[in-house]
Amino acid sequence: MNTSTDGTEIMVDPDVPLVRITREFEAPPEKVFRAHADPDLFVQWNGPRSTTMRIDRHDFRTSGSYRYVHARDDFEAGFNGCFHEIRPAELIVQTFTYEGMPDGVALEKLVFEDLGNGRTRLTSTSLVDSFADRDAFVASGMEVGVREGYQRLDELLAVDSGR
Amino acid sequence: MVVDPLSRVFSALADPTRRDIVARLAAGDATVNELAEPYDVTLQAVSQHLKVLEGSGLVTRTRDAQRRPVHLEAEVFDLMTKWIERYRREAEERYRRLDDLLEAIPDEEPKAQRPRRGAPR
Repeated sequence: MNTSTDGTEIMVDPDVPLVRITREFEAPPEKVFRAHADPDLFVQWNGPRSTTMRIDRHDFRTSGSYRYVHARDDFEAGFNGCFHEIRPAELIVQTFTYEGMPDGVALEKLVFEDLGNGRTRLTSTSLVDSFADRDAFVASGMEVGVREGYQRLDELLAVDSGR
Repeated sequence: MVVDPLSRVFSALADPTRRDIVARLAAGDATVNELAEPYDVTLQAVSQHLKVLEGSGLVTRTRDAQRRPVHLEAEVFDLMTKWIERYRREAEERYRRLDDLLEAIPDEEPKAQRPRRGAPR
């Protein structure tokens, strides 16, 4: 299933438990990469708007690791992973775990593609080991609105099964 | 692992035959026989697919009618599309902040001896 309207394209693969997000930027790959590499920059744009992000660790190198926390009111969500492979301005391969589901892990591949004229296409692919996990990712947005969203869906499905 | 309702919808749609069945039901209700027609599979196989779709809440069948037509629950299908769209929109929001940041910071990484601001590369 593909949707796109305002630049960001998403592909939820029906045959493999992955989600792929593609977006183009008006900046060269080196710069887009730097916004991922430098924790002082990364913290400024990552995470949902309604939360504040705190980076505990950002050892940005091949075989390094990271941990950050998204906090909102009384709710905190921790995330961690390892940097598996890093190639400046080209590639980040990393793992990603939401600490609320510590057994679940996504393998993420971020490809920085030079489009010329100072433009970059970023393709971010997240692969997990089951459709249930993948769908939990998509359904939750991983950080916000999880409960109210499930409640709505539960209500809807409850009405359906009541027939 | 607890299987949540949305996962059941996604898993139900992970199969190409079931996606096809859903697409055809979007055009209108149909009986199991009608649904089985275009496929080179047994009625039982189609019934099996329908059972998965029913379990996910995507389709319903009238219990007592003779024909027992299969009905697509458009709300559930729409809801799933909405979840994907919401996930996508969150990514777009994140990337818009990245746009702003990219505009605000210099092209070159700041060094000990940084080049003059706005100097051509």
